[in-house]
Amino acid sequence: MTLSDEDTQAEVLSIEKIETIIEVMPEADEGDLELVAGAEPVARSQFRLITRRFFRHKPAVISTFVLLAVLVMCFGASWVAPFKRNQIDLLEPIVGPSRHHLFGIDQLGRDYFTEILFAGQVSLKIGIAVGLISTIIGFTAGAIAGYFRGAIDNALMRFTDLFLLIPGLAVLAVALKYFGYKDLTIILVLAGLAWMSVARVVRSQVLSLREKEFVEAARASGASSTRIILRHILPNMLGPIMVNATLGIAGAIITEATLSFLGFGIQPPKSSWGKMLSDAEGVIGGDKAYLIYFPGLMLLIVVLCVNFIGDGLRDAFDPQAKH
Amino acid sequence: MFKFVLRRIMFSIPLLVIASFIVFWGIRATFDPTARYRQSRDAAKVIAEKRKEFGLDRPLVAQWWSWATKFVRRDWGTSYTTGDKVTTMVSRALGFTLQLIFWGVLISLVVAIFVGVYSAVKQYSVGDVFFTSMSYLGVAMPPFWFALLLIQFTAVWPKTHWHLDHPIFYFVNLHSTGQSGINMDYIRHLVLPVLTLSVQSIAVWSRFQRASMLDVLSADYIRTARAKGLPRRTVILKHGLRNALLPLVSQTAVDAAALFGGLVITEQIFSIPGMGRLFLTALQNGDVNVLLGWMLTGAVFVILFNLLADIVYGFLDPRIRVQ
Repeated sequence: MTLSDEDTQAEVLSIEKIETIIEVMPEADEGDLELVAGAEPVARSQFRLITRRFFRHKPAVISTFVLLAVLVMCFGASWVAPFKRNQIDLLEPIVGPSRHHLFGIDQLGRDYFTEILFAGQVSLKIGIAVGLISTIIGFTAGAIAGYFRGAIDNALMRFTDLFLLIPGLAVLAVALKYFGYKDLTIILVLAGLAWMSVARVVRSQVLSLREKEFVEAARASGASSTRIILRHILPNMLGPIMVNATLGIAGAIITEATLSFLGFGIQPPKSSWGKMLSDAEGVIGGDKAYLIYFPGLMLLIVVLCVNFIGDGLRDAFDPQAKH
Repeated sequence: MFKFVLRRIMFSIPLLVIASFIVFWGIRATFDPTARYRQSRDAAKVIAEKRKEFGLDRPLVAQWWSWATKFVRRDWGTSYTTGDKVTTMVSRALGFTLQLIFWGVLISLVVAIFVGVYSAVKQYSVGDVFFTSMSYLGVAMPPFWFALLLIQFTAVWPKTHWHLDHPIFYFVNLHSTGQSGINMDYIRHLVLPVLTLSVQSIAVWSRFQRASMLDVLSADYIRTARAKGLPRRTVILKHGLRNALLPLVSQTAVDAAALFGGLVITEQIFSIPGMGRLFLTALQNGDVNVLLGWMLTGAVFVILFNLLADIVYGFLDPRIRVQ
């Protein structure tokens, strides 16, 4: 086909078939039409394409706003909370949710909404920190194992197998006894147990990416291994890594809550949503049963939002993936 | 097949040895089994005696070695707190746990396969959308909170509001005192713990089954089967489902191992004296013999589940059987 033929065809497409295209692809917007019609395609950066696809995923967008609102409320609790922390009003009867006390009053006479906001700081902080740290460690280990193969790869796999056997709860209990009950200890132990699944995902991705031509080209032009991993391999697997990070955050929030519920996590006077549920376990069936609803509801909402954002990210990075 | 099994067992033995040593060392470094004799009269003398009795005066490696050599001769030692034999404790607890796992996996599989197949066959129908949203909720739901809500809404609330003598579903242990065997009493005890145990696996597995069923239904041999005039039911169940079950089988084996961990929460909340509770009390007391017995029993189960998965896999896919 000669150049002029191609031009004519593009001309015909752009003028006459546009309406057909609109019918066939109802979801196509200007950008797609321009590309299909071949008339002056607008260049878009990869980043813009990804953000555009993310913002088309409605649950993810709504979740982002809800999660941001929860984050702002919790970490700005000192300004947002209607009452002071640990403030006990002895004259106030212990009552359920009302206009004055949004989530009611807890067994000790404190405003439950205020307590939830402050406890959320701990839950969210631990969840996010564990998600990020385990992703960084997991990426580093997985990339090294997948890129260099050999002994390092073997060692990583055996290490992972070993920690499938050793119960995580035992590791946490020992570490908390040894280093004392600190948020940092909990974060490090949970991250230390969670990075291995990230490493496995990263490793398998790197294994296939390292055989690609562009990596060979980079190596031929003299790029160092670090540069190849960070500049050529990492950008190509950003999608799975970010999806895994969100899953990690969701998992860590639930894990922390479960541990605190069992009495192995956050210790008083500190509190987290899991700890609040553990404190409220005794009220089941009584007139203060509302105390078990709200901390769990917060956990559910936050984890649901994080999961939806993960879904949105996956669709944005990998539009062909089925779900 | 036999060779494969043997190899898998051979691989896990060195890992088990290392894991048992790490746990032994970690618990010994942080827990002192003689701590509870500190308040007794002649504390120094009693503790010295007990240290000798437990063998604590010898180096750590020697202690671990004597535990290991006894362990392979089916002497798993005694509990530091109760003085009971670990073998008796484990076998007593295992009975409860096996019941829970059996019912949990069975119910989860049946519901997940039904939901998955229905959602795949009627893709994007109202039912599919409903099940999809439920699965999002199920994945994000903290299991222990779900258990608390179940107790509140299905057991305690109906009892107080309808003035029943007994709650519809019980939430302590698996039998009322004096009852045994499979009867109405057993089922009324079983419903809530099994629901707690299976909410997450139903959510995950049904999504999994839906995806693999959709994959299979778009395959060429399904179209062929429809084209030659087979009834829709036969095509979906015999040609579709049988092939779509394969991925779920391997997933089940992996997750059933995780179910072993999920038991800790379920058994704690519903006061069922199974393996999860055994583990939790042993961990709280630093009872190293019980912990190690628990860990190695758990490891055997993981291996067994994988084995079972391989057998079922061979049953479903004759190509693997031939090899």
